Amino acid sequence: MSMPSERVAIVGSPNSGKSSLFNRLTGLRQKVANYPGVTVEKKVGSCRLPSGKHVDIVDLPGTYSLAPRSPDEAIVRDVLDGHCAPEERADLVVAVVDATNLERQLYLALQILATGRPAVLVLNLIDAAQAQGIAIDVPAMERMLGVPVLAVSAKTGYGVDRLRAALDARAAVNGNGNGNGNGNGHVEGHANGYVNGHGNGNGHRLTLEQALDPALGYASVEAIIKAAVRRVPGRQAPRAGLDRILTHKVLGPIILVLFMGAVFQSIYAWASPFMDLIASGFAALAGAAQATLPAGPIRSLLVDGVLAGAGTVASFIPQLAILFFFIALMEDTGYMARAAFIMDRVMGAVGLPGRAFLPLLSSFACAIPGIMATRTIENRNDRLTTIMIAPLMTCSARLPVYALLIGAFIPDRFVLGILNLRGLTLLSLYLFGILSALAVAAVLKRTVLRGPKPLYVMELPHYRMPSLRSIAMTIRNRCLLFLQKAGTVIVAVSLVLWFLASYPVSKPGTPPSEALRHSFAGQLGRAIEPVIRPLGFDWKMGVGLISSVAAREVMISTMATVYSLDGSGDPSMSLKQTLPKVRNDRTGALAYTPLVAVSLMVFFALACQCMSTVAVARRETNSWRWPLFMLLFMNAIAWAASFMVFQGGRLLGWG
Amino acid sequence: MTSRTLALLAPGDRAVVRGILAEKEFAMRLMELGLTPGTEVALIRRAPFGDPLELAVRGSHFSIRRSEAERIHVDAL
Repeated sequence: MSMPSERVAIVGSPNSGKSSLFNRLTGLRQKVANYPGVTVEKKVGSCRLPSGKHVDIVDLPGTYSLAPRSPDEAIVRDVLDGHCAPEERADLVVAVVDATNLERQLYLALQILATGRPAVLVLNLIDAAQAQGIAIDVPAMERMLGVPVLAVSAKTGYGVDRLRAALDARAAVNGNGNGNGNGNGHVEGHANGYVNGHGNGNGHRLTLEQALDPALGYASVEAIIKAAVRRVPGRQAPRAGLDRILTHKVLGPIILVLFMGAVFQSIYAWASPFMDLIASGFAALAGAAQATLPAGPIRSLLVDGVLAGAGTVASFIPQLAILFFFIALMEDTGYMARAAFIMDRVMGAVGLPGRAFLPLLSSFACAIPGIMATRTIENRNDRLTTIMIAPLMTCSARLPVYALLIGAFIPDRFVLGILNLRGLTLLSLYLFGILSALAVAAVLKRTVLRGPKPLYVMELPHYRMPSLRSIAMTIRNRCLLFLQKAGTVIVAVSLVLWFLASYPVSKPGTPPSEALRHSFAGQLGRAIEPVIRPLGFDWKMGVGLISSVAAREVMISTMATVYSLDGSGDPSMSLKQTLPKVRNDRTGALAYTPLVAVSLMVFFALACQCMSTVAVARRETNSWRWPLFMLLFMNAIAWAASFMVFQGGRLLGWG
Repeated sequence: MTSRTLALLAPGDRAVVRGILAEKEFAMRLMELGLTPGTEVALIRRAPFGDPLELAVRGSHFSIRRSEAERIHVDAL
């Protein structure tokens, strides 16, 4: 390695357009990682300056103040005042403010400048400010603040070249001037007439302590605005008209429901052609491997282990990409805040913020995108609660299992004249999932995730035209993160499952059901039988449950193998006819009764079986603690609920 | 001039912040968002289900829960 590059930190409030500026400066040369030990994300990229030199750019979390109260704010503060690992320290700070919202955002900017780190101030969204009739006297602002001030539009690229040149100039100063850490590095070499606050009594240069006092800070901001900003009266931000419709008492919720319906429909249905395409792509690969490799453990490992795992990982990408398209669109336009504004009352009933609504809705398609969508929730406890209950929403992988069991065991008749019993059962399972999730949320918020009541203040930003560029960047980053962090865990677990089902190897010619019976998976199924017997399950169902760790619907193909179906035709059709006739090895009684089927479905509704959910929860919470907790509590309540259903049902004579 | 809490304003009403009656942490948070004593604030609307409220402060808009707005004392204009 050569000398480490200088680090430039981008700091600003949420909605300052900070991330689009980061995207504009770094392009595709960026990656997302986590700060050690916390769930806060770190975005780092590289930017080439006009001198040819490269600097590292860090996009710090958005914050309203440097008073460190949340993990996000603590990170920003540490990077700025140097209380962090030397390699995290910022050599230069780019303070970003939204020029259409100067009064509130300059408050943070003054705190940033007060830390004494070498800095430049970027007035972002300058085009929008001009359109709204806001005229800013940039030289006057430079004189008052003592740092270079640049008018920029990250969206159009206006002013970005001048920003790069300014970074170059500052980096050069730091390079020779040893401006690091002594608190006034920016004085040296800056020709702009640095005004020393305690000298002239203007108070625009505050000490950090003063800048952190809201009364003093805002007074200083007001003085700067009075001197350097003029407003052409009569022109307004495009908010009033749109808000009258989008947050209207009646229209607002209707539009939101329609929009959410479209989001849900698209992740549920529109993703499936792409998922099918990916599945057939992997099937073709598996076919090619079958054709070229000799039969044996290597081929089996490759086809049933590696390709099966990689196929599972890839199959999530269409849903993730579509969901993150909508999330980025909603965030970029400002509609996300309005949706949260409307839903806050509803979600508040269970102690969650309005922003928890979209992740939970998405989880009805799949908990993976749902859990990844929780990063729009700022408060840590709220976010963790939402992650914990997301897998209780009835995801699409449970549906084939429900359909099979309902079709085989629930009579096709009508109750009360109009309600089909099968439909009613399915609806009950969905409601059961939702009610369980709400109950778990209520319990978690009162126990392990109890905390100081957060302030539910949320900014309702101006509406903005979305930038396709930054939406595309969000989708790319999310999908890459999922592939790298969750994907590796999923493939690893697939390999373990493959090993359990394939070893020890049976003699050639053994029927598949016998081979499975003697495999580790079969032995494991029998080992857990005492635990699941009170729920009405036998060891064969145990094998099915173990295999459903890969994905819940895998249960069906495993059952087909266990019950020695020939594998021809649709396994769930033939299973539907087979299951009601299967007998229990031990007792000789029918293995499945309607009561067992209901108990099994209740178990599926609550149990944490899906390895991908656990993997993505690990990635999103940045620890194994929460996913393991999820695994434990979900399976505990699943066992308890199935126990009550089966034993209660038997007491009532339904078994 | 009448003093009351922010939660009691009607949509369209304007007022001046007098003070925040809450523990320091909570009050600091609100003041950092610009609700310092003497600042003009307007209640823009209530959310469709009655809570939260939309406020305009220092040129930007916020949503704030009614229980939080009850802690902010204002003089109606």
